[in-house]
Amino acid sequence: MKIRANLAIGGGLTVLALCVGIFGPWLAHTDPIMDANLLNAELPPSGEFWFGTDQQGRDIWSRVMYGAQISLTVGVVSQLINTVIGTTLGVTAGYWGGWWDDFVNGLTNLMLAIPSLIFALAIMAILGPGLTSLLIALGLTNWSFTCRISRAQALAVKSQGYVQAARVLGYGDFRIMFTQILPNTLGPIIVIATLGMGGTILAEAALSFLGLGVRPPSPSWGSMLSDARETITTAPWLSLFPGMAIFLTVLGLNLLGDGLRDILDPQSRSRR
Amino acid sequence: MSGANMNLLEVENLHIGLSTDTGDFPAVEGVSFTIAPGETVGLVGESGCGKSITALAIMGLLRQPLGLAGGKIRLTGKEIQNLPTAELRALRGKRIAMIFQEPMTALNPLKTVGRQIAEMFVLHEGAGWGEAERRAVDALTQVKVPAPERRAAAYPHELSGGMRQRVMIAIALACAPDLLIADEPTTALDVTVQSEIVDLMKELCAARGTAILMISHDLGLVTDICKRVCVMYAGRIVEQQDSEKIFNHPQHPYTQGLVASLPRLGMRARHGRQPLVEIAGVVPGITAYPKGCRFHPRCVRRTEICETVVPELETLVDGSLVRCHHHG
Amino acid sequence: MLGFVVRRVLQMVPMLVAIALLIFLLFSVIPGSFATGQQDEGLGLDMAVVQRMRVELGLDDPLHVRFGKYVIQLATLDLGVSFRSRQPVADMIAARMWPSLKLTIAAMGFAILIGVPLGFVAALRPGSLLDLGLMIIAVSGLSLPKFWLGILLMYLFALTLGWFPSFGYGQGGISHLVLPAVALGVSPMALLARTTRAAVLDIMNADYVRTARSKGMNEYRVVVWHVLRNALVLVLTTIGLQFGSLLGQGVVVEKLFAWPGIGSLLVDSVFQRDIPAVQGCILVITIFFLVINTSVDIAYKIIDPRIRYT
Repeated sequence: MKIRANLAIGGGLTVLALCVGIFGPWLAHTDPIMDANLLNAELPPSGEFWFGTDQQGRDIWSRVMYGAQISLTVGVVSQLINTVIGTTLGVTAGYWGGWWDDFVNGLTNLMLAIPSLIFALAIMAILGPGLTSLLIALGLTNWSFTCRISRAQALAVKSQGYVQAARVLGYGDFRIMFTQILPNTLGPIIVIATLGMGGTILAEAALSFLGLGVRPPSPSWGSMLSDARETITTAPWLSLFPGMAIFLTVLGLNLLGDGLRDILDPQSRSRR
Repeated sequence: MSGANMNLLEVENLHIGLSTDTGDFPAVEGVSFTIAPGETVGLVGESGCGKSITALAIMGLLRQPLGLAGGKIRLTGKEIQNLPTAELRALRGKRIAMIFQEPMTALNPLKTVGRQIAEMFVLHEGAGWGEAERRAVDALTQVKVPAPERRAAAYPHELSGGMRQRVMIAIALACAPDLLIADEPTTALDVTVQSEIVDLMKELCAARGTAILMISHDLGLVTDICKRVCVMYAGRIVEQQDSEKIFNHPQHPYTQGLVASLPRLGMRARHGRQPLVEIAGVVPGITAYPKGCRFHPRCVRRTEICETVVPELETLVDGSLVRCHHHG
Repeated sequence: MLGFVVRRVLQMVPMLVAIALLIFLLFSVIPGSFATGQQDEGLGLDMAVVQRMRVELGLDDPLHVRFGKYVIQLATLDLGVSFRSRQPVADMIAARMWPSLKLTIAAMGFAILIGVPLGFVAALRPGSLLDLGLMIIAVSGLSLPKFWLGILLMYLFALTLGWFPSFGYGQGGISHLVLPAVALGVSPMALLARTTRAAVLDIMNADYVRTARSKGMNEYRVVVWHVLRNALVLVLTTIGLQFGSLLGQGVVVEKLFAWPGIGSLLVDSVFQRDIPAVQGCILVITIFFLVINTSVDIAYKIIDPRIRYT
């Protein structure tokens, strides 16, 4: 019962977020950047401006709608990068072993020793702000767990007879990795990826809030909150909607991930 | 009925149900047996026949999805199956005690064994911890653990399997209960250790007048320690007999199969090399019990009546019970 | 036992070196960016000055020489000199160490005091409405952006109700600490609630709890004598790990509340392209994280008798 509630609500929220992300431009009323009329600055929510307007007179509703694109792009793409890196390193390390395994292990330990937000911050400091740097920075921070699990899976499979058999048949290493090892790892990887996306979106919001992520005037939810902070006394509603958007999206992903975990990966408990 | 003749434990027509998403199933049906004070009775059957949950039911330790669905349990005449939890708790450890199959997981890994024994004295006899721990060392001596003071300060993982089971026995017998329920106490132990533990149980319980309900799948073990044996199959008792007779005159086809499948010393000399006798078929799962006699799919004496009519428990001339249309 | 502790501590050393190397490498790719950064902001520096800076900072030396110098500097706890303020970075960080620690400890305290009991209560009545409600709160806590929560708290409790100051450190009193600590502490609280619940549920189903019940204990005694300590041991690891990472996560909360800690120093330094300060902050935070993790490892092995003699 609880599992299905997780999946239902989580799935629902995630789909909602995805729809807003995809159809945002059609759902929005105005252009999020250009349509700025100072006469309309800092208006509370009304029939015309559903979420009110900000200091520049831009419609918050439209900005939130467009902001979904940024958050979801970052979430999906970064997580994809993380998953690819993690799986590649993990499976090859487990499969080939030897110095490569030692190297990957050491690298994973190193990554786990550095708090992820700090690492992302450091990379953003080097690369400078912007969407691409953000994608790279966040894509490099969350691959450790995926790597560990893939590696464990590769080791488990390697010890079974059918890898030997496949080799005798002339299967190349990569083919074995792809067809034998990978499918078994998919379950936990999907769970990690879903939960990881939530984390990445939060990280993007935090970095943008700090001014180190997506720069204004791009309507990133995080940077909208940064602007909102300045007018918190005069226009408190500006702080409400972008934050709510982040919260609901991440909540959806977390619930979905929890629900998926109960189905795909029943051994690991709700600990993360 | 005078007090001297009163049974210690009477289980009458016990029913235990299993509730699942797909419906309710009978895990144990119509189980009845008695244990007199100081008597040793065995409950034998394969895994899944319901013998362990019968024991848990007596203790009141059944948990969801299992539940008591009917029948009575009487301890020295008083019904206990519906007692409020607080009163039931007063019985546990004090009048009925239980030891379990896996002593490694049945003991708290973060507490010393001495402490876990001492708990019994603090719980039931109001002793202070200091006194309780001293008595715990005494208890260890009684179960023949060498160097008991040292062992009392040990953690479960530091002891061998046999030693741990001795600790469990010490815990169970600490407050001199009237009945000891032993659920597969030797199954997880080495064969040599098994007989030591069994002898220990016999000796201690005989000395204290403690009755034993011994649960096992090992017919040989049970007949060693128990005076009477109940054989269970698929949730029902199918035969009840004195141990001496059950080996030589098993009445129920299932018991006969069990006896025949036991390898015995000297068989090869007498009969030459023979494959081990087995009972054809597999034990049915709870959700798929056959109609009529539950053993009939595997029975060599099966006839039409066996497939439709549930045989009643018949009392035979010598007092033993059997549930079969074609017993003998 | 002592041997184990020593070994474990020594294992930190290669990790420290690796971290230092990583940080050094990362930032050595932007040697002259401070000067360029200044120029970008219209505060153009004379090229001669830039060149002098390069020589002064040894930026033209080969890489391994620079790393060697860097390691030696670190060994003497010299984290370099800030580009911006010309102060030794080590001094700047030291001044901000206590506020950050204070915030982290307060947040962690909040998380433990609320999260662990919540998880416990939820586990003792699994499947109930209470359990469901608490777990919803937990998953929400994990999904909240910390800075948004901070803004909401600021608006509600500081600006509207006026119970607490809305930002700053003040004189170091409690009233300034409350809002940032709560903002930072909600997410570890949620995680602890979930972990505790899972641990307690596992234990309640364990064989030794069944044994305890068969001894005739009431539920209260069963929980206090057999469940509590075993659950806490399981939860301890999570507490330790969270504590370590909280210092890093505090970056945003510190900036939001203008809290004078290492986190806000780090953010400011990044904006100002103050490389030594950035390196120094990251190094300190990471080392802190590493030390905490190692300590948790050691503490866990001390507490769990099963592992003690391995």
